[in-house]
Amino acid sequence: MTRNSTDRPAVLVDGIRKKYGGRTVVDDISFTVAEGEFFGILGPNGAGKTTTLEIVEGLREPDAGTVELLGERPWPRNPRLLPRMGVQLQASSFFERLTTIEQLRTFGALYGAGPDKAAETLDLVGLTPHANVRESALSGGQRQRLSIACALVHDPDLLFLDEPTAALDPQSRRNLWDVLRAVQDRGKTVVLTTHHLDEAEILCDRVAIMDNGRLLALDTPANLINGLNAPTRVTVRSHALPVHEALRLPGANSVSSDDGTLILTTDDPATMLSALAARNALEGLQVHTATLEDVFLTLTGREYRS
Amino acid sequence: MTMFTPLASAMVKGFLRDRTALVVQFLLPLMFLVIFGVLMGDTGSGKVKIGVAGDGAVVTALERSGTVELLRLADAGEGEARVRDGDLPAALVADGDTARLVYSASAGPKANTALALVSGTIDKLNVAASGTTPRFGLTTSTVEDGSLKPIQYLTPGVLSWSVSITGVFGAALTLVAWRKKQVLRRLRLAPVRPSFVLGSRIVVAIGTALVQAVAFVALATTPMFGLRLTGQWWLAIPLLVLGTIAFFSIGMLVGALCRSEEAASAVSNLLVLPMSFLSGSFFPMDQAPAWMRQLSEVFPLRHMNDGMLDVLVRGKGAEALLVPSAVLAAFTVVVGLAAVRLFRWEE
Repeated sequence: MTRNSTDRPAVLVDGIRKKYGGRTVVDDISFTVAEGEFFGILGPNGAGKTTTLEIVEGLREPDAGTVELLGERPWPRNPRLLPRMGVQLQASSFFERLTTIEQLRTFGALYGAGPDKAAETLDLVGLTPHANVRESALSGGQRQRLSIACALVHDPDLLFLDEPTAALDPQSRRNLWDVLRAVQDRGKTVVLTTHHLDEAEILCDRVAIMDNGRLLALDTPANLINGLNAPTRVTVRSHALPVHEALRLPGANSVSSDDGTLILTTDDPATMLSALAARNALEGLQVHTATLEDVFLTLTGREYRS
Repeated sequence: MTMFTPLASAMVKGFLRDRTALVVQFLLPLMFLVIFGVLMGDTGSGKVKIGVAGDGAVVTALERSGTVELLRLADAGEGEARVRDGDLPAALVADGDTARLVYSASAGPKANTALALVSGTIDKLNVAASGTTPRFGLTTSTVEDGSLKPIQYLTPGVLSWSVSITGVFGAALTLVAWRKKQVLRRLRLAPVRPSFVLGSRIVVAIGTALVQAVAFVALATTPMFGLRLTGQWWLAIPLLVLGTIAFFSIGMLVGALCRSEEAASAVSNLLVLPMSFLSGSFFPMDQAPAWMRQLSEVFPLRHMNDGMLDVLVRGKGAEALLVPSAVLAAFTVVVGLAAVRLFRWEE
């Protein structure tokens, strides 16, 4: 729980590779995660995220490369390391016919965590009102939160989450984000995989973008987006300003008109916006900056499809 | 202990809350007890029923002997009709000193018994009428204090069978479900030894088997079923424990080999069903062909049946446990090692 003052990273991944039936699923992946960091592995389905995570967790042996978690090797199964890491698995991996609190107590007991710890963790994920409900009667979002609680009940330093919000509706996803932020506030190091670009952008301190088993980019979301030098798109209603006048606006790169809207691109949105305001032409204003989606498009040359 | 109690209680709760499985596990053995009890015939009186029409010395002598149950019929026609319908194995039409026995070949041994009894009675009457003293004599007695009712045979057999089915299915389905649902992965990532989890599960299985056995035997001893335990019934406990572990290891092997619950269930059935019939859980093996009796010796259930019969109803002592225990233990070691070898954490 307490943050270690040493410089040693919580997670050290160095040149790992994995092949399945001649196909390279993980191709020379290296990264480090600092203690207390929220780290995301982002990529479309089949990018190799889950295999990478499973190698990091010590569930699979890499063909090449090394992994160190908190200074320990996770492969082969390392009992010294296991109490210090929590792994959230798919939403159905529970014991049969137990209630929410019973699931937590049982998993806690495997780590020597007492019933008070189970109650506390249940509260953290906001499931206390559902303590005595059978796991099978929970909603998808609640079950996912229970799954995370089971990974947290023994108070690990390092938490791995594999696609925690996959298959959740938007409201449940947002609720889960709150839970994950609360987890990070407790000083845990979190590594999660996701195929939701917005999620990575909002939650993660740093993001590794993967595609076809390779690591394409690794940085903070802001740096990744800024690195594109992508122009900002400003949209207003087209009757607000004629096209020829818009072209002469300070900072305007290009102007196009489409179905009642006027789309301007600029590298200097502040100047552009004040110029539009001076002309009283802000009706229907929308400002689009680049997102991780644009980063992915630039890196791979194709649209992002999760 | 701090780890064992929550893990075991989770398993027990999961088991007790599975109502359907619970009902099946407790009711199925009882159902089998009733069904096979009826199928094996009500040998309670041990007497063959013969229809009788008319009167005469033969009928009087048969009545006096008490070896057959006589049923009065209106006339010879009714007798023939009821024998033809399979209602009676044989009918006796008596007329003074002579009598005619009508029997059906389809009634099998019962008709033969009737034939033997009636002709024996007539022989005796002839000897008596000739006025000579019989030179040859015969006395008979049974070893089972005259009560070899089907229930005596069935209770140990059905009990062993239910232990085998609980062990094999329980272990195989749990293992496959836990692998599929990644509970195994979760356990692998927890700092507990796999042997500890396995041990907890076996302790729970043994507890379940003992509770089941007590409930089952208690019901079988009620007047409705009429089981009479002899000797040291508690000698059955080591057999129940060893049997549970042996069949559990078979289930673990099935679970290690199968990917889906459906496959595990089918393979378990394929193993347990023929084994239970060939091991004589429901029908005695002494009427089976010699090769089949020899074949049955390879099944652990056969030895468990024998042991249970010996200590529950044949009144034998601890020495009767030796061979069954050794066979069950050897099975556990061999099959258990194979299961460990083939065990997979992941799909």
